Amino acid sequence: MFLARYIKSIFQAVRSLWIGMRRTGYYFSHHKEIITQQYPDNRETLQLPERFKGEVVMPHNEQNEHRCTGCTACELACPNGTIKVITKFDITPEGKKKKAIDKLVYHLELCTMCNLCVVACPSDAIVMAQTFEHSVFDRNQLTKILNNPGSKIMEGVE
Amino acid sequence: MHEVLGTTTDGDLVINVGPQHPATHGVLHLVITLHGETIRKVDPHLGYIHRSIEKMCESLTYRQFIYVTSRMDYLSAHINNHACALCVEKGLQVEVPARAQYIRVLMDELTRIASHELWWGAMAMDLGAFTPFFHAFRERENINDIMEETCGARLTMNYMVPGGVMADIHPNFQKRVKSFIQLFRSKFDEYNEMVTGNIIFQNRMKGVGYLSAEDAISYGCTGPTARGSGVSCDVRKIMPYELYNQVQFDEILETGGDSFARYMVRLREMNESINIIEQVIDNIPEGDYQAKTKAVLKLPKGEFYTRVETARGELGVYIVSEGGTTPYRIKFRSPGFSNLSALDHMARGSKIGDLVAMMGTLDLVIPDIDR
Repeated sequence: MFLARYIKSIFQAVRSLWIGMRRTGYYFSHHKEIITQQYPDNRETLQLPERFKGEVVMPHNEQNEHRCTGCTACELACPNGTIKVITKFDITPEGKKKKAIDKLVYHLELCTMCNLCVVACPSDAIVMAQTFEHSVFDRNQLTKILNNPGSKIMEGVE
Repeated sequence: MHEVLGTTTDGDLVINVGPQHPATHGVLHLVITLHGETIRKVDPHLGYIHRSIEKMCESLTYRQFIYVTSRMDYLSAHINNHACALCVEKGLQVEVPARAQYIRVLMDELTRIASHELWWGAMAMDLGAFTPFFHAFRERENINDIMEETCGARLTMNYMVPGGVMADIHPNFQKRVKSFIQLFRSKFDEYNEMVTGNIIFQNRMKGVGYLSAEDAISYGCTGPTARGSGVSCDVRKIMPYELYNQVQFDEILETGGDSFARYMVRLREMNESINIIEQVIDNIPEGDYQAKTKAVLKLPKGEFYTRVETARGELGVYIVSEGGTTPYRIKFRSPGFSNLSALDHMARGSKIGDLVAMMGTLDLVIPDIDR
């Protein structure tokens, strides 16, 4: 009885091995079903979806103008204190004081890409970019100022 | 404090598995008392990945705290977010639009498949089969691509917000999900062929880590762990939320109670999730994807509790509100913690080589246990 079970188990093991190796052999001879991407070599052709949340950026137009009014809605929406809005007062041609951003400081090292700041922004001034290769040698380089130097607010954005 | 190394007074050997051990899938620390090769006691030591998420949530607003819960059970991040969103909606008494409900159910089921895929690959790898891991990840990659396209991230999506979902589905979403269903159906036989039918695998799973239905209830096990012992505990069936009372699906039950039964429950659940997706994917109604909510959410004074079925079992979210913008207290009832507590009972008297098989079928995600 024991011997019969022993021999049966050997046959079952050989059969299992055969079934498994048949599957391996199938993929060995069907190269087209292999989906491996050769990542750093395919950088030029790599397409990320447009919604991919890589980092927060502030788009500027050709006249170096952005849409940020400095309302700090993003700063309040952020759960990690990633964004700090530093405001200043501009003097308009009529001689009035007007609030504008001096710097929008973005700490990439704190950011969890939760998208809450982009959703909270009432004037669509910040968006998520598709960049994902964020590693740098110095941690300080991860603290970014999103508005370009010398930029100002776009006409008609309140 | 227990002894963590050396021998006990009876001459039993005390050894540590983890916190840095490839089979524990994280920083789980098991202190095992061995009599020869037989396990006398398994003593899980927790706290290596404790981030005090519950305390953190107390300082975040009701919109902000949802993203943290993606980091608890990161394999079913969507379902965690879903549970929190449901709890906040319960407090706000917001009606979620039909379209958002459909999207939520679709995302939940896709997440469940992705989670079970990863479990299947990782568990086969624990038992020494390396190939299934790549096969599982090949299918899981398709789900991750779908998530990336619609939610913008692959693992910690933060897609559910109080009142609905953060953005509408991508135009390609339905097409890609349908092609995934086809792909999954065509590849599912491979899973049974390679792993389930393998005699070595069966010998290592059958009769190992027996958990009776009574013990499963008394340890508070939920999800596939309890359903493998024949305990009917699917929250989607017994307390339906969102759409689950409108779709047709079976609660998967196995009565074996051993590791193989738990394995079969998860494998069959993948198929059942595909069935749910097939029913829902063509019927997404038009309309808003998010209900109108105030800019600053304030829950009324009181206590709110919701429960959902994650890939691992029942997740409960308990919010105590004092009427402010931040919760007074949040408690998560995580499935992994209760399931882990049954490990000691299962493992006593079995050989140390079987411990990995038992841990594999419990589907432990350590950040979910510790929070």
